[in-house]
Amino acid sequence: MTWDTILTGLAGVVAMATPVVFATLGETLTERAGVINLSVNGTILLAAMGGFAAALTTDNLWLGFGVGMLIGGVVAALLAFTSLSLKQSQIAVGFVLALLTRDLAYYLGNPFVGKQGPRVPVMTLPGLSRIPVLGALLFDHDPLTYLSIVLIFVTWFWVYKTRPGLILQGLGERPAAAYARGANVRLQRYVYTILGGMLVGLAGPTYSLSVKAGWKGTISGLDGIGWIALALTIFGAWNPLRGAVGAYLFALLQWLSLVVQPYLPDVPTQVLQVAPFPLMILTLLLVNIGNTEWMKRTLAGLPPDARHTVARILRAMQVTPPAGLGRAFEEE
Amino acid sequence: MQVELRNIHKFFGPVHANRGITLTIPAGTIQGLLGENGAGKSTLMKILSGFIRPDQGEIRLDGQSVTFHSPADALAQGIGMLHQDPLDFPPMRVLDNFVTGSPGGLLPDREDARQALLSISQQFGFSLDPDAYVDTLTVGERQQLEIVRLLWLGARVLIFDEPTTGISAQQRQKLFAALRRLADEGRTIIFVTHKLEEVQALCHRVAVLRAGELVGTADAPYDLDRLVEMMFGKVISVGRADPVPLGETVLALEDLAVEDHRLNIRGVTLNIRAGEVVGLAGMEGSGQRRLLRAAAGLIRPTGGRVRFLGRDMTGRPYLDFHRAGAAYIPADRMTEGLFPDLTIAEHVALARQRVGFFLRAEAMRAWAQEAIRHFSIRGRPETPARALSGGNQQRLLLALMRPDLRLIFMEHPTRGLDLESALWIWGQLKNRCRQGAALFFMSSDLEELLNYSDRVLVFFGGRVSRPLPATELDVEKLGQLIGGYGFDRVVNTAAPAAHTEGEAA
Ligand SMILES: Nc1ncnc2c1ncn2[C@@H]1O[C@H](COP(=O)(O)OP(=O)(O)OP(=O)(O)O)[C@@H](O)[C@H]1O
Ligand SMILES: [Mg+2]
Repeated sequence: MTWDTILTGLAGVVAMATPVVFATLGETLTERAGVINLSVNGTILLAAMGGFAAALTTDNLWLGFGVGMLIGGVVAALLAFTSLSLKQSQIAVGFVLALLTRDLAYYLGNPFVGKQGPRVPVMTLPGLSRIPVLGALLFDHDPLTYLSIVLIFVTWFWVYKTRPGLILQGLGERPAAAYARGANVRLQRYVYTILGGMLVGLAGPTYSLSVKAGWKGTISGLDGIGWIALALTIFGAWNPLRGAVGAYLFALLQWLSLVVQPYLPDVPTQVLQVAPFPLMILTLLLVNIGNTEWMKRTLAGLPPDARHTVARILRAMQVTPPAGLGRAFEEE
Repeated sequence: MQVELRNIHKFFGPVHANRGITLTIPAGTIQGLLGENGAGKSTLMKILSGFIRPDQGEIRLDGQSVTFHSPADALAQGIGMLHQDPLDFPPMRVLDNFVTGSPGGLLPDREDARQALLSISQQFGFSLDPDAYVDTLTVGERQQLEIVRLLWLGARVLIFDEPTTGISAQQRQKLFAALRRLADEGRTIIFVTHKLEEVQALCHRVAVLRAGELVGTADAPYDLDRLVEMMFGKVISVGRADPVPLGETVLALEDLAVEDHRLNIRGVTLNIRAGEVVGLAGMEGSGQRRLLRAAAGLIRPTGGRVRFLGRDMTGRPYLDFHRAGAAYIPADRMTEGLFPDLTIAEHVALARQRVGFFLRAEAMRAWAQEAIRHFSIRGRPETPARALSGGNQQRLLLALMRPDLRLIFMEHPTRGLDLESALWIWGQLKNRCRQGAALFFMSSDLEELLNYSDRVLVFFGGRVSRPLPATELDVEKLGQLIGGYGFDRVVNTAAPAAHTEGEAA
C-alpha cells in the first residue's frame, strides 16, 4: 500500500466519522441534561431515509438536511414529552421508539430504494488544503465534515466554558441543585433533548446525501451505528472531545477491517465487517474495568508499586455517568 | 432582615406537615429551630427558601409580603438555604460550583469569582481551594463553599438545616464563629437542629415544632428539660446503660491494612469480644469507613488478617461474613440499606422467609405488624421504605437483623435521628450486646462515641491510634485527638501485634 492510498483512506475515515460525530455530540448533550435518548439508532435510519426522500423529490439538498433534523427533533420531542411530562420510563420509551423508527424507515423508504439522488459536493478549502498531510486529511471534504469538526469544539466550549453549560452539567448531575440555582429543569431538559435529537437527525442525511449516498433499505449498512453512538457517549465520559475521538476510532476500525480483508482470505468478510462493533464494546469494557468489584479485589492483591500504577491508569480512564441520568425530577 | 412567617400550612397528601405556623425572627439574631424527626422543620424552611410553596399562609420580609416562585427567586430577595445534604455538584471543581447559577452573561468571569471566593472565605477563616474537585472535600468544606456562595449572591437571611451532622468538631467551631459573625453584621440566621447543646451554645432564641405545630418558643438561657418536654411531649431521661459482661473474641484484626488512592492505613490490630462496643472516630474520610468495610469483607484489605469467630476470613466476601452471623448497616440507609420502593412487609419477608418460592401474604402481614409493634416503626406494612422518616428507616433496618447475630458493623448509627430515636436505637443495640453480639461502629458524634463505646480508635492523617478505653477520654480530649492534637502519644509507633491486643475495658 502506498502512502497516498493510506492518506486517502484516512481522509475517508474522517468523512465516515462525520455522522457518528453528529450523533455522539447530540446524545452527549441530551445525556448531560440527564435524559437518555435510546432511539438514536432508529432515528438515524428514519432521518437518512426521510432526508433522502425529501432531497430527491424536491431536488433540494438543504431541504433534505432540514427534514432529517426535523425527524430527529420530533422523535426526541416524543421521548421528552412521555418521560418529562408523562413521567414514563425513558429506557422503555426510547427502546420502543428505536424499533418503531427503524421499521418505519424501512417501510416508508421502499419506494426510494436504489434511486439515484443528489449528493453534497466536496468543498476543498483553498489554501488550507495545501498544507501537507493535514490538508488532504481535513480540508478536502464536504461542508458537513467541516461543520462536524467545528461543532465538536463549540459543544465542548458550551459545556465547560459557558454559564448555561455549567447549568447543563448540573442538570444531569443533580437536578435539585440546578433548580436551586435558578434553572428551569424541565424546560431545559426539553430543549437539550430536542436539540440533541436534531443533531442525531442530522447524522441521517449525512449518510444518505453524503458519505453513503442513496437509500438501499435494509442493506444501507446504517443499522447499528446509533447503538455505537450511544456507546461512544459513555466511552467519551460525556465529554464532546473524548466522544469525538471515539467516533474517529470507530471509523478507523471500520476502515481497517476493509484494508486487512485481502490479507486474510480465510476469514469470512462478514466477520471483518462486524468486527468494529465488538471491538468497540471491548474498548468500553476496558475503559470501565476499574469500576468492577473483581478488579478492585484483584488489585488489592498486587504488590504496592504495580497496584498504584495500575490504579492510576484505571482511574484516568474510568468514567462516571451524570448522577441524575435517567431520573425524573419533581420540583416539589 | 426581619422574617415573618404567618399561619403557614403545608400538606403532603394526607400528611399535614406544617399546621398554621406563625413566627417572627428579628434581624441580627440566630434563631434555633428544634423538633423531633418528622416535626416539619425542613418543610417550613423549604417554604421560606422558595423550594416548596405553602398551601396557605404568608411570608413577610421587613414587613413586606412576598411570594417566591423558586429557590433562585428567594435568593434574589435575600434568602439562602443550606440543605441537610449540601446541594452542590460533586464532580465539578470548587470554582465551577461557585459560579454555576450566578447571574451574568454567556461567559462567567472566573477571575472575578475566584477573587470573591478567596476573599469571602478568608473573612471567615475557611480555606477553600478553588481548583479542587468538590468530591474530594469534606462535608464541612462543602458547607463552607455553600455559605460563601450564598453570601456572594447577596443572602441576608441564611438557613442551616442540620449543618453539624457529619462535620468535625473544629469545623463546627468555625461554623459557629461564622454564624455569630454573620448575625453581628445584621444578617438573620435560622439554625435547624436536634441537638440541645448546640442550641444552648449558639442560638439567641429557639422555636420548637412538634407534629407540624409550633409548640413553644424560648430565649437564652434555656431550661433544657423544658425544651425536651416541648419537643417530645414528655420527659426523657438519658441514663448510662449497665455495663455488659464481655465474652470470647468475636472479631480479631491482625495487622490489617487498607488503602485507596489517598489513604494508606496499616497495622491495625484489635480484638473485639462478645458484648463489646468499639467505636471509630476521626474526621470524615480519614479511613474509618474503609477499615470498617474491610473488616466486614465488603472490600478487600491490602494486608493483614481478619478472623471472625476464630475462622480466618481474610479476603472473603461479605456474604460469607453474613452467613457466619455478621451484619453491616451502612450510613446511607436508602441506597445501600433498604429498597426504596419495597414495603415494610416485603422487607420483612425478604429477611425472614427462608423456605418456599411464593410469598405468603398472611405471614408477611403478621411479621410486618410484629416488627412494627416491636420496633415502634411509624408506618404500616404496606408503606414503602422511601416514605419512612430517617429514624423509622433505621428502626426497620434493626428489625431486619437476624436474632442470632454475633457481630454488627454500623456507620453512623444515629446520624440525623432525634434524641428519642437515638436513645431507642442504642437501647436495642445494647440489648444485642447483652445477647452476645459485638458492635463495631464509626461515628462523627463524639458524645455517641463516648457514651456507648467501650473502646475508641481514633483516625488521623492516615494513622490509627491504639484502642483507647472510653473511660479515659472526654469530649474535649477526643475532639483534640481527631484534630491531631496529641495524637502522637496515642499511636503505637513500634507496633508489634501483641502490644495493642486485648486490653479490653
Ligand atoms: N416531599 C414529601 N412528600 C411527602 N411527605 C413529605 C415530603 N416531605 C416531607 N414529608 C413529610 O412531612 C413531615 C415533615 O417532614 P420534614 O422533613 O419537614 O421533617 P423534619 O422536622 O425536617 O424531620 P428530620 O428531623 O427528620 O429532618 C414528615 O411526616 C414527612 O414524612
Ligand atoms: Mg429535616
